[in-house]
Amino acid sequence: MSDLLSLSMILFTIGAVGVLVRRNALIVFMCVELMLNATNLAFVAFAREHGNLDGQLAAFFVMVVAAAEVVVGLAIIIAIHRSRGSISVDEVRQVRG
Amino acid sequence: MVWLLVAFPALGAALLLTWGKESDRFGHLIATAASAASFVWGVVLFVRLLGRDHDDRTVTDTLFTWISTGDFHVEMSFVYDPLAALFVLLITGVGTLIHVYSIGYMEHDERRRRFFAFLNLFVAAMLVLVLAGDYLVLFLGWEGVGLASYLLIGFWQHKPTAAAAAKKAFVVNRVGDIGMALAIMLMFKEFGTTEIAAVGDSVAGTAASTITALGLLLLLGACGKSAQVPLQSWLLDAMEGPTPVSALIHAATMVTAGVYLVVRSNAIFDASETARTAVVVVGLVTLIAGAIIGCAKDDIKKALAGSTMSQIGYMMLAAGLGPAGYAFAIFHLVTHGFFKANMFLGAGSVMHAMDDDVNMRHYGALRTALPVTFATFGLGYLAIIGFPGFSGFFSKDKIIEAALAHNVWIGLATVLGAGITAFYMTRLMAMTFAGQKRWKDEVHPHESPRVMTVPLMVLAAASVLGGILLLGDWITDWLEPVVGHTEHEHVVILGAEWPPIAVSALVTVVVAVGVALAWFTYGRREVAGETPEKVSFLTRFARNDLYGDTVNEWVAVRPTMTLARGIARFDQHGFHRAITGAVGLIGEGASSMRAWQNGFVRSYALGVFVGALALTLALLVVIWR
Repeated sequence: MSDLLSLSMILFTIGAVGVLVRRNALIVFMCVELMLNATNLAFVAFAREHGNLDGQLAAFFVMVVAAAEVVVGLAIIIAIHRSRGSISVDEVRQVRG
Repeated sequence: MVWLLVAFPALGAALLLTWGKESDRFGHLIATAASAASFVWGVVLFVRLLGRDHDDRTVTDTLFTWISTGDFHVEMSFVYDPLAALFVLLITGVGTLIHVYSIGYMEHDERRRRFFAFLNLFVAAMLVLVLAGDYLVLFLGWEGVGLASYLLIGFWQHKPTAAAAAKKAFVVNRVGDIGMALAIMLMFKEFGTTEIAAVGDSVAGTAASTITALGLLLLLGACGKSAQVPLQSWLLDAMEGPTPVSALIHAATMVTAGVYLVVRSNAIFDASETARTAVVVVGLVTLIAGAIIGCAKDDIKKALAGSTMSQIGYMMLAAGLGPAGYAFAIFHLVTHGFFKANMFLGAGSVMHAMDDDVNMRHYGALRTALPVTFATFGLGYLAIIGFPGFSGFFSKDKIIEAALAHNVWIGLATVLGAGITAFYMTRLMAMTFAGQKRWKDEVHPHESPRVMTVPLMVLAAASVLGGILLLGDWITDWLEPVVGHTEHEHVVILGAEWPPIAVSALVTVVVAVGVALAWFTYGRREVAGETPEKVSFLTRFARNDLYGDTVNEWVAVRPTMTLARGIARFDQHGFHRAITGAVGLIGEGASSMRAWQNGFVRSYALGVFVGALALTLALLVVIWR
């Protein structure tokens, strides 16, 4: 149990740090996916621990949402790459105060 | 079927106001027909009412429930009783004659159709007022006639004076309406109903102070509508309207609505001595004030307007005498409706002949040029000064008698008023019809067309014969079921009892003195062609409407203006500053926070993480405690 949670925490932390420090939009994107899957792992671990399927169910929902997000997100990244030849998130900052 | 009375003119007004230009040719005929139909129906109903038993002469016609909320209900009901019946005949009868007269008088006005629409609107509203079975319905008519009055005073809106006069009438009337509205609210609070009959029944078990307050508030309303002191100032300016309007609204009918209100609310006034005394005082002051104003005006319509104020003062005073006077107030109201409408229309006929000049100093010797107008005006004149045998003689005598019986000093003041009435009316007659011609050569006075003179003749006949209403005490007997009647006590002056004939003789002598004075001042001597500048203080006083406008200026207008300016200043400097200050603060805050929106996705993400962390920590703290 605690091993699974530890793994989940490590994966989540890697993902979070990756989102904060990396500039490449693709990497940032993959880090987001990492965080999602870390939570999935936690869900499943808790489900297993308590012996009910709610956590498993939640994990499936997260997967569906993640898949939808990948579709939209990759499309945006490709569009950005086409229009400005770079996918650095620091360069895409036209919308600011 | 009482509602038909209102329906005809209301329909007429609606038709004329919505129909297009093609109705210009016959619109006035529709309006006159509507008013005449109402009159005919009024006569039919009147005859039917005559056929009923003396104590069973109230017909209630409930159309629908106007307002229904909780325990409070207002029925849209018309009550046709002897008092309302008299008013219906007066309003529709005189109204129809004035419609006919206006066909001629307004012939060359391109907005004649609109004028007739407003006249119809007025007749409908006035009928609602007198037929109402509920104070709220009455208030509906009350405001309706106010609107019609406003529209008609300002009918020639291209004249700034007319527009201002209309506004003034409207505003002054609002002051009275506050009294009226408060009275209705007080009824609602105290009795839970505003139905006139129910209010009358509830009076008995109510605190005297409440009844007095009700009476005084109603009196305030009556003062506004009837141009009684202190709300008299609008009536003289209202003469800016076309003359038929002055005759119908500002002499014969609408301005008597205040008297009607007091008489209709007789249950309230019977129960409060204080309120009655207030009515008497208001009537007396107005009677004298109006008469004095009438003496100094050179404008024929304004002289007549002063006279109207004064005569309504008589009616008010009579109404304030309680059951001894109600019937006589209404009697004088009816006869006054006849002779004053007659004289106003006569004045209109004179103005018509004189190219709309209203200054009597430019008239003179019109008796030969305008024989019909002169004859009819003369009959009205004899009626108003109370020449024995004419209607005004009977109606005014009755009021003076009742006033003398009530209080000798008040009575003597009314006798004096009769003398002043004789003076100013003789002055008006002498300046207009007698003496040498003073008009310019390019003016060619001519008698008015038949359509204008026939109504004059009818009204003149009514002014002469109006006194027959008193025959066999018919009018007191007729109104007795509504207002009650008690014979007034004997007149006692200087310890001796005066029979009615002696009172009449006294009044006639005073009137004769007034006539003689005026005749020697204005009839025998040459009248100056222009208004003299050097006049006595009293004349100046009267010419300026007893400085009523100045008083209003200082008592009401200036304090209100000062207050308004103060509020405006507070608004600009205090309120405005507070608001702009707050706006500026928010603006600055917003600009400083704008820097956070730097466009770096990663810094937003950091924000999200820090926030999530904070939330989590907070949760943990809560759980561990």
